[in-house]
Amino acid sequence: MVGGGLTKLGLFKDRNSKDFFTEAFVEMAGSIDKGFDPKEIDAVYVGNYSNDFFVNQSHWGPIIADLLGHVPKPVTRTEAACASSALAFREGVLAIASGLYDIVLVGGFEQMSKRTTEEVAEGLAMAASPYEVAAGFTFPGVFATMATAYFAKYGVDREILFNVTIKSHHNAPLNRKAQFPMSIRDFMNSRIEKLRKKGEPIPDWKDEKDFLRDPIVNPPVAWPMHLFDCCPISDGAACLLLVAEEIAKNFTDDPIYLAGMGQGSSYSFHAKKDLTSYEATKYAAKEAYEMSGLTPKDIQFSEVHDCFSIAEIVHIEDLGFFKPGEGWIGVAEGLTRLDGSIPINTSGGLKTKGHPVGATGVAQLYEVWVQLRNKAGKRQVPKSNLRIGAAHNFGGTGGTCTFTILERR
Amino acid sequence: MMEERPFNDTSYEQFLKESKIMGSKCKKCGALALPPRAICVSCLGTEMEWIQFKGMGKLVAFTSITVAPPYMAKEGFGRNNPYSVGVVELEEGVKAVARIIGVDAKKPELIHVGTPLKAEFLEKGEGSGKQIFLAFKP
Repeated sequence: MVGGGLTKLGLFKDRNSKDFFTEAFVEMAGSIDKGFDPKEIDAVYVGNYSNDFFVNQSHWGPIIADLLGHVPKPVTRTEAACASSALAFREGVLAIASGLYDIVLVGGFEQMSKRTTEEVAEGLAMAASPYEVAAGFTFPGVFATMATAYFAKYGVDREILFNVTIKSHHNAPLNRKAQFPMSIRDFMNSRIEKLRKKGEPIPDWKDEKDFLRDPIVNPPVAWPMHLFDCCPISDGAACLLLVAEEIAKNFTDDPIYLAGMGQGSSYSFHAKKDLTSYEATKYAAKEAYEMSGLTPKDIQFSEVHDCFSIAEIVHIEDLGFFKPGEGWIGVAEGLTRLDGSIPINTSGGLKTKGHPVGATGVAQLYEVWVQLRNKAGKRQVPKSNLRIGAAHNFGGTGGTCTFTILERR
Repeated sequence: MMEERPFNDTSYEQFLKESKIMGSKCKKCGALALPPRAICVSCLGTEMEWIQFKGMGKLVAFTSITVAPPYMAKEGFGRNNPYSVGVVELEEGVKAVARIIGVDAKKPELIHVGTPLKAEFLEKGEGSGKQIFLAFKP
């Protein structure tokens, strides 16, 4: 991995997917220490979940090839719901590893702001299983249901989720690309300021958790998932330049290497043996650990797919960072904070950075790349000898999961 | 004849219209599936027989949805009128996702995992558009 780019994430109704991908590509090209000629790109792999639905346009591969002047060389679009671009990355890696190509651009994008919130929710639910949708489940509803199973199994309640939200929002203001670069304390102060201006009574919130308990500012979406448990709707794009190991030093003296990667699949939610775990994540992790020869203890930090607060807790258990039933304790003890033993979602995660679904897989790998190159600024993981980072991407209600381990040598 | 129907979603829905919860049982290894499957995911066998589920079970996970998708909003559900859905484990050992009725969706704190439930067949639409959905209630 020799270059990377990520747009500022948010809602940009006056711009389109091509604008987003251009922004990410230009940053990527500028990030390559020794420069490169875009004409040398052998192939492009781009992930996109559902611009077909979001902007009524399919067949995005050639649109991106056209945009980049890549024509007539090959371009391939990958789709796996929220894990779409992790699969683009994987295809790019496999193409280089096979010896077919030497220089491959991988990326992803999504344009969600053209649709209303209700329409986006409907579009996202298309990535759940048909049985869940027929029964009336929404995306937040599936994760909410998993949360109640987790609560019942381990004797905990909604309070454990607040620690995840507060932690993610702590990292957000340190990431200039985050959609919501605000801590929970910032949200509290902004709310108080608004109420003061209106001359309305100011609630007596004791602390951040008390704020999150308030149903006026944090209403339920699908109980026990409330507004601050859910990631936002976002526009954005990300891309990375991958090259064969033998030529990496032609691009930079500090390339980041792939140590291991894995991908798994899963049954529909109701057919899962254990509602508090994802077999697709476990399988992907097992593959990645075996390929790299590493264990969960070797991972120094990781991005995980926190589309909902409960998901982050379940993922850090499935990936082996914590034992089953102990993820929430690790979060409560601060171990997943930026200065903890295993920082999780240094970018602020999907919750605060934003989640343009097709861009997310590569956007997560971009964060790991930035961290490993020691270029994350104020959110840099404060560990000396930072060498191993990982990213976990999760599609739909767990139907496709990937785990990728990156290494600085 | 019941035996002649294919082991698929269409047959499952037809049976629901007859107020029957029908799944598949693998003739080779005995694994059960609901909705029915043509291929057994335990032994990959393809010889199936029908099994009728009694519709008795318990709640293993649930939610109460306040932000409803358009097709539920049409039925009047939403912020002021949430509805519950959940995962039910049937006596026979398989799980199903379904609407949970007869509970107060406005007070999800009072709904408990482990609650015994029984099946109910919900009708939606009319005439040729009529559909039957599986629901469970305490």
